[in-house]
Amino acid sequence: MNLHSTYHNDINLISVGDARIDSSVAIRFKDLMRTLTETGPDHVILDLSSVTFIDSSGLGAVVGALKQLPSGKRLDLAGLTRDVANVFRLTRMDTVFTIHPDAAHCLSRAAG
Amino acid sequence: MPRTACPVLQADPGMGGPVGTAATRQSKGALTLRFPGATDRIRSALRQACRHLATLPVPPDRLATIELVLAEALNNVAEHAYAGAAPGPVTLTARHDGDRLCIVLRDIGRPLPGLVPPKRTPPDLNVPTEDLPEGGFGWCLIRDLTDHVDYARHGAENRLTLEFATG
Repeated sequence: MNLHSTYHNDINLISVGDARIDSSVAIRFKDLMRTLTETGPDHVILDLSSVTFIDSSGLGAVVGALKQLPSGKRLDLAGLTRDVANVFRLTRMDTVFTIHPDAAHCLSRAAG
Repeated sequence: MPRTACPVLQADPGMGGPVGTAATRQSKGALTLRFPGATDRIRSALRQACRHLATLPVPPDRLATIELVLAEALNNVAEHAYAGAAPGPVTLTARHDGDRLCIVLRDIGRPLPGLVPPKRTPPDLNVPTEDLPEGGFGWCLIRDLTDHVDYARHGAENRLTLEFATG
């Protein structure tokens, strides 16, 4: 499981380097997210544009990443591919997260 | 409309054989995969199943939802049927007849509670963030994305039948 965190002004952008967030990596994903969100800017954006498959275990791990955030931090999502967006819509988790079309859009707004 | 369960391949190897790397048999429109029901074996089994399904006249977006349903059903086998035990065997058979795809998953783990597949009961999301559910979505997705679900316990064997319209 590869996650890469970069800071852009007030945003901690975390990019997922894997194509799948499934039951075999869900716990590792959640643990890495805890490490990468413990410090850094309060506004965290998870860039899922490389992810083409997520199952309910992976979805649960994304929710877990939200729940384990230090107080005062927020987690948004960006760059959902077709099938990943479908899972968020079917489970109505798209109502829980703020979902941006793409991470670059968020960063340009943050910089401006 | 009542439906009959789709036929299971007659030549299936059954549950008594060795469990090693996924054994594959593939004939025209039909596939049999056999692999251990363990979380870390699901990804490769899905890859093999999808490689076969991609050769069938199934639309790509439908293929993606079928893969998701299979992932959820196989996660359930690994995390519930074989929970706390050494992973037992799983046999996946796929058969495409006309405009329907029928996939049967068989394992010899614990039966489904009450011997019926769970209903579609979505977890409540109108709760504070700290109470949001991190699970409980698997059967919702299976129910949402499958045209017909049937579960039967045959002796020590669980048999989950998943049917998809592909026309």
